[in-house]
This record gives sequence, C-alpha cells and structure tokens, in this order.
Amino acid sequence: MTYFPEEVVEHIFSFLPAQRDRNTVSLVCKVWYEIERLSRRSVFVGNCYAVRAERVALRFPNVRALTVKGKPHFADFNLVPPDWGGYAGPWIEAAARGCVGLEELRMKRMVVSDESLELLSRSFPRFRALVLISCEGFSTDGLAAIASHCKLLSELDLQENEVEDRGPRWLSCFPDSCTSLVSLNFACIKGEVNAGSLERLVSRSPNLRSLRLNRSVSVDTLAKILMRTPNLEDLGTGNLTDDFQTESYFRLTSALEKCKMLRSLSGFWDASPVCLSFIYPLCAQLTGLNLSYAPTLDASDLTKMISRCVKLQRLWVLDCISDKGLQVVASSCKDLQELRVFPSDFYVAGYSAVTEEGLVAISLGCPKLNSLLYFCHQMTNAALITVAKNCPNFTRFRLCILEPGKPDVMTNQPLDEGFGAIVRECKGLRRLSISGLLTDKVFMYIGKYAKQLEMLSIAFAGDSDKGMMHVMNGCKNLRKLEIRDSPFGDAALLGNVAKYETMRSLWMSSCNVTLKGCQVLASKMPMLNIEVINEWDGSNEMEENHGELPKVEKLYVYRTTAGARDDAPNFVKIL
Amino acid sequence: MSVETERSSTESSAASSLDFEDTALTLRLPGSVSEPDRKRASSDADADAEDADQSTLATTAASSDAPPAPKARVVGWPPVRSFRKNALADVAGSSKAAAKFVKVAVDGAPYLRKVDLEAYAGYDQLLRALQDKFFSHFTIRKFADDEMKLVDAVNGTEYVPTYEDKDGDWMLVGDVPWKMFVETCQRLRLMKSSEAVNLAPRAAQ
Repeated sequence: MTYFPEEVVEHIFSFLPAQRDRNTVSLVCKVWYEIERLSRRSVFVGNCYAVRAERVALRFPNVRALTVKGKPHFADFNLVPPDWGGYAGPWIEAAARGCVGLEELRMKRMVVSDESLELLSRSFPRFRALVLISCEGFSTDGLAAIASHCKLLSELDLQENEVEDRGPRWLSCFPDSCTSLVSLNFACIKGEVNAGSLERLVSRSPNLRSLRLNRSVSVDTLAKILMRTPNLEDLGTGNLTDDFQTESYFRLTSALEKCKMLRSLSGFWDASPVCLSFIYPLCAQLTGLNLSYAPTLDASDLTKMISRCVKLQRLWVLDCISDKGLQVVASSCKDLQELRVFPSDFYVAGYSAVTEEGLVAISLGCPKLNSLLYFCHQMTNAALITVAKNCPNFTRFRLCILEPGKPDVMTNQPLDEGFGAIVRECKGLRRLSISGLLTDKVFMYIGKYAKQLEMLSIAFAGDSDKGMMHVMNGCKNLRKLEIRDSPFGDAALLGNVAKYETMRSLWMSSCNVTLKGCQVLASKMPMLNIEVINEWDGSNEMEENHGELPKVEKLYVYRTTAGARDDAPNFVKIL
Repeated sequence: MSVETERSSTESSAASSLDFEDTALTLRLPGSVSEPDRKRASSDADADAEDADQSTLATTAASSDAPPAPKARVVGWPPVRSFRKNALADVAGSSKAAAKFVKVAVDGAPYLRKVDLEAYAGYDQLLRALQDKFFSHFTIRKFADDEMKLVDAVNGTEYVPTYEDKDGDWMLVGDVPWKMFVETCQRLRLMKSSEAVNLAPRAAQ
C-alpha cells in the first residue's frame, strides 16, 4: 500500500465513511495519518471537553460536517446546574479560523450565543446546514444572522432548544435570493412568526421536504402554505385549534390531498379533534407520527386516527392513549418499530394511564418493534418476560415506572427477572434505562448478557457496590453510564478504573461516592477529568453525614486529551 | 419569557390549583423559595431511595419533612426533558385551564387582545408583557404608593390597569397578591386615568 501514490490511498479511504474506520486507518502510519486527516470531511466529537477545539480544527482543516455534543445527558432533566459549561463559542471560533470549508454544523446540549451564530453566519461561505438539539443561550437575533448571511442554507433544524424570543423579525431575514431550503424546523420557538414572510419563504423553496412550524402558526396560514408545498415529506403543524375560517377548511383538505409524499406528521399543538378529520385521508401513507405535544386529544381521538395509520413505523404519543388505545395501535400498526409513550401529567405522583397491559399488547401486535421509551404506572416481571420473548429485536429499551422503586405489582417482588429477560433475549440491545424496585441481581444479568450495551441509565436501583461492579466488569461495549440516587460508593467507582478509558463518560449523582474516592481515581487515571459538582457549600452536608466523609453530590468522569477545562464555574472542581 | 419564570409557574400549578403560598406568613423574603426548595427536593430523593429498600419505613420518612407529595418533587424525576415539561405546561395553561386566558381591552382601542396570566410570575412581568407584546408605544410609570400606570408615549394619555374579579367588580391591578389575582381575574381593562378616579383599591369592600 505504501507504494501507491497518495491520491490513490486517499481515493481508497473515500470508501470508508464510518468514523471508526477512519480513526483506525489514521493509526497505521504517519503517511496514512496525514492523508486521512487532510481528506476527512466529517468529524464527530461526542464530548466537547474530551479534546480541544483548536486541535480538531488543526488536524482536520478540510472538514465539511462537524458534530459536537456538550452537556451530559442528565442535563435534559435539570440534573446539571445552569452555567455548568458546554459552550459552543470555542468550536465555532476554531472552525472559523481553520476550517472555512465548513458546510454543516450539528450541536447537542450546548450553550450557543448569538455572537457565535453571528460569527458562524459570516465565516463559512459554503455553509448550508445548522442543526441545534437541546441547546440554549441564543435568541431569534442569532437566527436572524443565520437567515441573513448563509446564502446557501438548505437545512435549519431547531429541535427542543430554549430560544429567547425577540420577535418575529428573524424569519423575514431570509433574503429573496434564498431558494435552497430543504428542511426548516422552528417548532421550538415560542413567539409568533409573520405569516406573510413564512408563506413567501415557503413559496420560493421548491426543494422543501421537511417543514416543522411552531405553535403560533394558525390553521389559516397552514392551509395557505400547504398549497405551495406538494412535495413535502415531513410536516410539523402549527396549532390545530378549531378557530379558523371556513375557507381554510376547504383549502386545507384539498392541499393535503395533493401532499402525496407526506410520510411524517408532528406538531398538533392545541389540536382540536375537529382538525384531526383533515388528516384522516393521509393516515394510510404515514410512517411517522408524533402526537406527544397534544394533551388536548383523548384516547378516542387518538385511536380513531392511529387505527388508520396502517404503515406506521414510528409513534410518539402521550399516555392519555391508555392501555386500550395501545391495543388499537397493536392491532393496526403491524410495522411499528419505534414507540414512545410520554407522561401527560408529571405532577400527580407516579400516575400514568398506561401499565404493563398496554406494553404486552404492543409486543404481541408489533413484532418489528425495536425501540421503546415507555413511561408507565406499573410493571410486572411476567409482562417484561413476555415482551422480551415477543420482541427480541430491541436495540433501545427505556422503561420508566413513574414511582421510584415500585415493585412488581402482582408479586411485590423486585423487577430483576423482568429486566433480566430483556437483556437475555434482546442480544442487540444498545441502550437501556431501568426503573422500579431493583436489587444487585439485575446488574448481574446486565453484566452477563448485555454485551452490545452502549448506554445504561440507572435510577433508584441496586443495594451495594456489587451492582455497579457487575456492569463495569461485564458490559464490554459500554460507553456511557449514568446513575442517580443509587447506593454505589467508592469501591464501585474504583473497582475497574481502566474501564473509564474505554468509555465516553460516567455520571453519578446522589450516590455514595466520597471526595476521597474521587481523588484516588484522579491519581490513578491522569487521562480522566473528574468533575466534582457541589452546588451548595458543605455547611449543610456536614450535619447530614454525622462525621462520615462528605459525599460527592454530583460526579462527572470522562476521558480527555485536553486536560482540565478552563471554563469551569466555581461549583465545579476538576481533580 | 425566561426559563426561570416558566419553571416557577409550572411548579405552582403542581402543588394545587389554588396555592396561596405567597399569601402565607413567612420569615423569608417573598419569592426567595428556590434555595430551600431545591435542598428539600434532594433529601426527598434520598428518602425515596431508602423507601425502595425498606418500604415499611415509608410512612415515617414521609412525615418528617412533610411536603404534600414528596415524590413529585424529586428533581429530574420522572426523566422527562425540561423542554417537554415546559411545552406541555404551556399547553395546559392555555387550553385546559381556560380561565387563565383573559381578554385585555384598552379604552379607545378598537381591538381586544388575550394574555395568559399563568405565563407570568408577577405583576411586573405582566405589565412588561402588556407593554412589549401588545402596546409598544406605552411606557410603565410607577408611583410612590405602588400604583402603576401605563402611559401612551404618543399622546400622553395615562392608563390604569384594572381587572374584573369573580364577583364582577372592577378593581385596580395590584391590590391583591399575584396568585390570588390570577385566580380571580376575569378580564383586564386598561382604563383611562381620568375615568378611573372612583376606583380606589378594594372599593368593593
């Protein structure tokens, strides 16, 4: 191979799209490293503090697509304090200096400032795709900069970001010359948008395939827009209240009839059952349906609609659907692969309208199911064993029994055997979240059987250090482990320290780990950043612990080549 | 609207629909609940973990610190993204509890607007929202006796925010604690100052 000219080697490398293969190739020799780094088009950084931004920009000057992830996953549930970090600024600045060919930027759980978006919008002449997921720190002004200056923009995808709203101006900033949009998602923006600007933008975007509107967009506007987008494949509706003009009714029904390509629907803000009837004629062609932001729809509204969606592969829905509704899903949607059932009321402690019955029904009716997120009122071992037998193809299985530590409701036993069956039967399982009453035994099963597991979430589970040890020693492919409110201490933390170099991160909050344990880990493993996060000073904790070593409130461990970060706030100590 | 505001409004709707926490006598500054609240939540989490081991202790553990629904207050549980929680709380605030959406009339203006009272944490925010979102040419003027007026910067007309309570009486905005106001307010009217002279605070009582 070394006798080939570099161009030939580079051409061969172009057949290796997978990041992992590219990484492996770059380790072979210096020449290959050089060829690979200069020809790398796509870079993925799973933890923004694992490597310095400047380093990445220097190594891959010709990168076209950059993906960076920031805060730990538990930040989604407010477990990571605000101001913890995860700033996008250094990444955008480094790319602006070294990688002017950048075309696509994807960021998740990062703090993105308006200044960064402004810099982004002016630094990359060929920029065309911005995807921000669960980010914060910016306002519609930053989006206005992107709209104004990114002349070739084809994708602006804003998923579940906290965006400060500074008025509807941003959407009218797309210049008249902007005709390249393929995908536009602004569902997370709270404020109003100008219906006229939106209509004009859509009508000059002939390639638009995906459009997700926000809650401020009315049925009247939706009706007008859809007349102009017959090629739409993915639609997020605006609000679907029944407060619309009569002509919109006719306009919408005729426009929807023409949307033959439409496969995926979401939105349904404030949906009135009246508006669902517009959708009925489309149902048979849908493969994706997200009804999880529509608490206004009850079980009968939902099932009337879903029973028509015979090709559905992906369904997100609130637990208002009830067990009976899930039975309808099971008998109608034979191709279902992904199901998410979210709680509709987080405040009534531990109550949800769905139980093990709904899940068992789904597993019987939908044998292709491979991805599940299920918030439920109660569960049994028998049900989980049945589910595991019926659906051995699970790659993601996340079950949340709303009341922490709730046992099997039939036998009052822990749910160890049920989850044990899941990991035993589902050989390809990559992601698992467990809940309910669980002892160390469940971790023994996980360590023994879950060989492909990459991410494990644990809450209120286990009874000793042994539990965590089973996982640390058994799950060979584990990359992310997150644990809260479980009795694992220093022995578990220090049981297999070499493991952390093979993992992306470990999160532990409200466990039994002490500062001493963290220090020992730090001294043994210099390549790790060990972040001890204590939001309030120790004065209160002394009282609670009665002379024992103070426990670490939150611990975040990750491997890094960047050393301790310099943007950590006061409450974060890096050992 | 800031994240913080939303969080506090969703928390208040959590406890009960009629939570007069603000009216209760306390020794702390009004509004300074966040720190002790968070602290309590985390010790609840510990209690829950123990419950899992020894369910018989559940009753004694619950009685010690006595928030009404301890499990609902565990931080970050159930594991639902805060974005989703906020979005659903918004939906619930507007369409389920219809009483929180009130109409706003302005004397002399030919149109009505609507505001969602649940979206704001207090009078200041409400007035600012009225100013920002609806009547950008108004400025807020505060007087020494806590009376608030909106002034039309164009023609100098002063408006007094008033509201109709459940009994149908028109009252001055600001005369009762915020949460009580949210519960009782039926509609808002920005009344010309000159016409509001007879509306003293608590005129009805």
